[in-house]
Amino acid sequence: MEHKVRQIDASLVTDEIERLCISANCNLPEHNLKMIEDAMAKEKSPLGRQILENLLKNHRIAREEQVPACQDTGLAVVFIEVGQEVHIINGSLEDAINEGVRRGYKNGYLRKSAVFDPVFDRKNSDDNTPAIIHTRIVDGDRIAITVAPKGGGAENMSALAMLTPAAGAEGIKRFVVDTVSKAGPNPCPPIVVGVGIGGTFDKVTLLAKKALTRTMGSHNPDPRYAAMEDELLEEINELGIGPQGFGGTTTALAVHIETYACHIASMPVAVNINCHVCPHESSVI
Amino acid sequence: MVKKVVTPLTNETVADLKAGDSVLLTGYIYTARDAAHKRMMALLDEGKKLPFDVNGATVFYVGPAPAKPGHVIGSAGPTTSGRMDTYAPRLMEKGLKGMIGKGKRSQDVKDAIVKNKAVYFAALGGAGALGAKCIKSARPVAYEDLGPEAIVELFVEDFPLIVVNDMYGHDAYVEGRAKYEVR
Ligand code: SF4
Repeated sequence: MEHKVRQIDASLVTDEIERLCISANCNLPEHNLKMIEDAMAKEKSPLGRQILENLLKNHRIAREEQVPACQDTGLAVVFIEVGQEVHIINGSLEDAINEGVRRGYKNGYLRKSAVFDPVFDRKNSDDNTPAIIHTRIVDGDRIAITVAPKGGGAENMSALAMLTPAAGAEGIKRFVVDTVSKAGPNPCPPIVVGVGIGGTFDKVTLLAKKALTRTMGSHNPDPRYAAMEDELLEEINELGIGPQGFGGTTTALAVHIETYACHIASMPVAVNINCHVCPHESSVI
Repeated sequence: MVKKVVTPLTNETVADLKAGDSVLLTGYIYTARDAAHKRMMALLDEGKKLPFDVNGATVFYVGPAPAKPGHVIGSAGPTTSGRMDTYAPRLMEKGLKGMIGKGKRSQDVKDAIVKNKAVYFAALGGAGALGAKCIKSARPVAYEDLGPEAIVELFVEDFPLIVVNDMYGHDAYVEGRAKYEVR
């Protein structure tokens, strides 16, 4: 059988990454704004309602003026799925991605928040590279890209637990709610909670991060996990943390769970917290 | 009711601020985050002067986005204040009155706020575009090599803040949450 290879110029990847870095930070989807509006209608705290209104105002200004909604435009987390019929020409994929990040953060006046060495020099790389790149080879002849810039504040409140299978669904829920409770006002609530369950120590964190790239408020296709998402959202909102932590009934806007197979002896859980900005945008080449 | 407050902060202004108050702040404030604080501590260790007059001053824990052409500053909202907890009491001893950031402070910082009659405000986290609208001028003061972590003098007008920790030992996060906590 003859296979037709599709050639894609690396510069196309660069252009698309540049565009997505800027757009994800400046153009929060109308759907997300609607989620905040709905939360505002239900919020019991008057101060909480006022805060949510100001967040909406902020996100609209960001869109109108094409400035980032939050100054922390994050590390550039890039999910890229490359069809196995694709042949990338005129450069390497990683270089193309990093060049796109470099240009996006420069031309979009986004903040550069990457330091090269994590411990000793902590010197800013000045162009927000390197990106955090997750590549998957998939069927087909296309390249699907999601850019999900991740700020530090919410990321620092994230956690991982290697639970035992005996902990069950209750153990998972307790860990997720505890993690959010401890984070309190720090991750700029209302938050979006990405939960990974299963896999291994490394895989589970990726699941949690991937969960944050789903449409805000969408459900896991498995009804058992979809129910768990709803229960967690309710329990989290009963914590009372509220908008920006000043008390209220809107602590989280959504909980997204992603799962994977795991070892007979384990039940890893990862909680990746994101703020109300929760920037991400996707496209296909 | 929203309280209008001007900088530099005095003992009288600080005495009037209570945890949970909504405030509109006007005047000069100074940006500083992790790296700038580290350098300021080194200056104090050597007995040298800080890059700005700390008496009655307010620092804003922020690393703004770069300004677009024609803009005074890029998006500018608060960063997590807890990372500055180890440095804050020492600055308050030197006269610092106000801190603007987001998130909880350590008990040491809360004690220093009471002891030195200072105040900790929260700005809206994730509302950097709105925050930038209140910033009327920005003048670099020190450490430009640190990029977004440089110390910059800002003039803010009616900058919306909420008092988190007041000089009476109250904490709006703890008290606010207790009101709505069901579990
Ligand atoms: S947690 Fe989100 S909204 Fe808050 S500062 Fe970080 S990126 Fe911005």
